[in-house]
Amino acid sequence: MMHGELTTGSGAATNCSMQEKHHSKGSGWRAACAATMLAAGSLAMSGCISVSAPDKPIVIELNINIKQEVIYRLSADAANTIESNKDIF
Amino acid sequence: MFAKTIPGKTMLSLAAGLSVLAMTGTAWAQRDPAYAAARAAGEVGEKTDGYLGYVTSPNAAVRHLVDDINIKRRALYSQKAQAANATVEEYAFSSGCQLILQTVPGEKYEGPNGGWLTRSSAPPQRDSRCP
Repeated sequence: MMHGELTTGSGAATNCSMQEKHHSKGSGWRAACAATMLAAGSLAMSGCISVSAPDKPIVIELNINIKQEVIYRLSADAANTIESNKDIF
Repeated sequence: MFAKTIPGKTMLSLAAGLSVLAMTGTAWAQRDPAYAAARAAGEVGEKTDGYLGYVTSPNAAVRHLVDDINIKRRALYSQKAQAANATVEEYAFSSGCQLILQTVPGEKYEGPNGGWLTRSSAPPQRDSRCP
């Protein structure tokens, strides 16, 4: 809106006021922009950390560690179960 | 839930289902002939997770039969897992190790990398966690 007034006023003489107005307007916009970028940045960062990085490796490691032990323990039990339910195995 | 396609199979499935529900624990005779044939033909195979999988696209009868068996397996696994203080997945996986070991030459099984393999006279390739 301000920009429109400036350009339609006169071309050469309003250099100073133009700079002033532009500056004052620009700083406000820049502040808003910075805030938005900050918010977007923190959002993106929190997204990265909580979703992609830690979840998968941790879960898989735990599964492998638990299973290795438990599978050995269950081995004989499972063999008996299979042996006594031959119709579904 | 039980077979409604072929009358003869309906009887078998119903009886098998009842025995599972009653949890008698007694050994039900043997494999359904159609299931045995599908195994021998390599249409279905043993997966590492303890359930049956389709190697080739199954017809309706085979699909019904295998789905039914997998439901019964899951019921049995969960019952046994609870008694053994383990999760269903752990018990099923442990059973899968055994079931792949028990395949006979010509039958299909899921290899450690997820692809279907054909059992030969040599020992099967199993997950490194299998005993």
